[in-house]
Amino acid sequence: MSKPTLERGINALKEQIDAPIASFFSSCVHCGMCADACLFHTETGDPRYVPIHKLEPMRRLWEQEYTLVGRLKKVVGLSKKITAEELEEWQELVYNSCSLCGRCSMVCPVGNDIVYMIRKMREGMSAAGYAPEGLIGASTRAVEIGSPMGVTIKAVEAQVKHAEKELGFEIPMDAEGAEYLVLMSSMEIMNYPEYLQAVAKIMRQAGKSWTISSEAFEATNAGIQIGASDIARVLVQRIVDAAEKLRVKTVISPECGHAYTAIRWEGANLVGRPFNFKVQHILEVLDELREQGLLKTEGSEDSRMTFHDPCQLVRRGGVVEQPRNLLKMVASDFVEMTDHGIMNWCCGAGGGVSANEDAHELKLKAFNRKKKQLDELEVDALVTACANCRIALEEGLEENEMDIPVLGLTEMLAEHIVIEQSGKEE
Amino acid sequence: MTSAEFLLWVRGPGLQIAAVIFAFGIILRFFEIYMMGRKKNLSVKRASGTGAGFRTVAKRFLPADSETMRRSTFTIVAGYIFHIGLFITLFLFVPHIQLFDALTGLSWPGLPMPVVDFFTVISMIALLALLWQRLTKPVLRLLSTGHDYLVWTLTFLPFLTGYLAYHHLFIPYTWMLAFHILSVELLMVLFPFTKLMHAFTLFVSRWYTGSMAGEKGVKV
Repeated sequence: MSKPTLERGINALKEQIDAPIASFFSSCVHCGMCADACLFHTETGDPRYVPIHKLEPMRRLWEQEYTLVGRLKKVVGLSKKITAEELEEWQELVYNSCSLCGRCSMVCPVGNDIVYMIRKMREGMSAAGYAPEGLIGASTRAVEIGSPMGVTIKAVEAQVKHAEKELGFEIPMDAEGAEYLVLMSSMEIMNYPEYLQAVAKIMRQAGKSWTISSEAFEATNAGIQIGASDIARVLVQRIVDAAEKLRVKTVISPECGHAYTAIRWEGANLVGRPFNFKVQHILEVLDELREQGLLKTEGSEDSRMTFHDPCQLVRRGGVVEQPRNLLKMVASDFVEMTDHGIMNWCCGAGGGVSANEDAHELKLKAFNRKKKQLDELEVDALVTACANCRIALEEGLEENEMDIPVLGLTEMLAEHIVIEQSGKEE
Repeated sequence: MTSAEFLLWVRGPGLQIAAVIFAFGIILRFFEIYMMGRKKNLSVKRASGTGAGFRTVAKRFLPADSETMRRSTFTIVAGYIFHIGLFITLFLFVPHIQLFDALTGLSWPGLPMPVVDFFTVISMIALLALLWQRLTKPVLRLLSTGHDYLVWTLTFLPFLTGYLAYHHLFIPYTWMLAFHILSVELLMVLFPFTKLMHAFTLFVSRWYTGSMAGEKGVKV
């Protein structure tokens, strides 16, 4: 990545403005309804967090460059140029107070996809050099070391060994011709090693061939969060190369929201060609196995449980029914939050917020929205399917002294898996 | 200039100028939008986005859900009242229909005058309420610029002058009617270059949003 400058930022922003954005800016009537849909606004009351305001520099650039009136205003000196100071001021709005959750896009009466624009605005911000340190660090580590948290293949190998010991069978590494390539997030490698074991158990029971790759184990994509397509492309390309080398049919995105968006929805567009393999979230795979009768569980959790919808997986990813189908297999007292599914509220830490230390306090304030949702339900446990949501939820619950365990759905299913005796050890 | 001359001008050349700017302005704005183009989506779609786009165009006439309705009650209720009132006064007032008939040859039944009168008044009340909200609510104060107040004025004036003209209030009818037509012409001239344009572009915006979400299998 070349050195960030204001000029580069403005050029990057210009490149991002497309027909949908031109239409969205033309349609906004300043009604302010997006404010009521944004947890950073509802939980702080700060008017600056009204979603459409976060795009003001981009809107002006669009007007000045791509509309007749804006150009005329520019000629007669009536328009305000975009300055470095302004972008510096906007950094907080674009990164700290937005988790790219996309709830604003659901309520806009004129139908503007506001978060689509914020994602693109970040391309300009990072090119201009106004991205948070935490995300710059994560992106650099992702490119140089292979993971935003600095996790190396050695850590993965250690975890694989540990899992093999626990499970009593081998975990395939770099197995060519396997049906599935399983990816992980750093968070899972470091904090939730249960995930890999859960996948191993389920795949074994289903009789599916799978593998992990020593060249592409990391699914997360800091380039998407910071808004640097060049970085995002490098990270996606790694996965594409590994998937093609191992000739897998399907790449499985782990329990991570933005990783799914990165590979499933942005991936092919980033590398500039369609994939010759399928991309599925682990919950999609599990739900398919369930439909095929290959996912057999026994017993169920009696405690009262609810599901926290990861935004990128559900609202922005389209995996809505699968978690519900799967949960119902193993949870007898499953209840929904008032706003759930595609209208769910974010954990407060998506879209790079969790990697951004500047946003720490704000993120905890935003968590109050989730707290209110949970207080209404009085659940014993909270299930989710995104390691980033999970850690943010755990942190928020702890901060509020709420004693609710947070579970990963894949692991919960694996705990109830039926171990068949037919010739398999254990 | 006498009131008759003034009325003749706004009905004749005035209206023609306004109509030409209105029409060409709108075509220009659509051109400005579509000229930007967009990249082809190379990811594997769950469904075609085309139908989903049209569904969202229709769906966004209603609030997303009851919680959204609860959170944004004031904006939604006042917004509906104003837009319904606007539709009724503009398209179902008999003299307006006669004008459309004269211009296009198309005619349709109107509503009784007291009904139109009622909707004129509640539209104005809704507009005043929305203005009050814009002036007092912190989020809207932050978002609002001169543009928003200009557009509010452009929208309010035709209602006000139309109401006053019909009831023969304050100044002679001919003058007021001429002012009413002039206020509409002002609105038409500035329409394409202000947020009033949303009346057309919202269909484009909703379609884009709906189709992009639909390709991912999300119903927005």
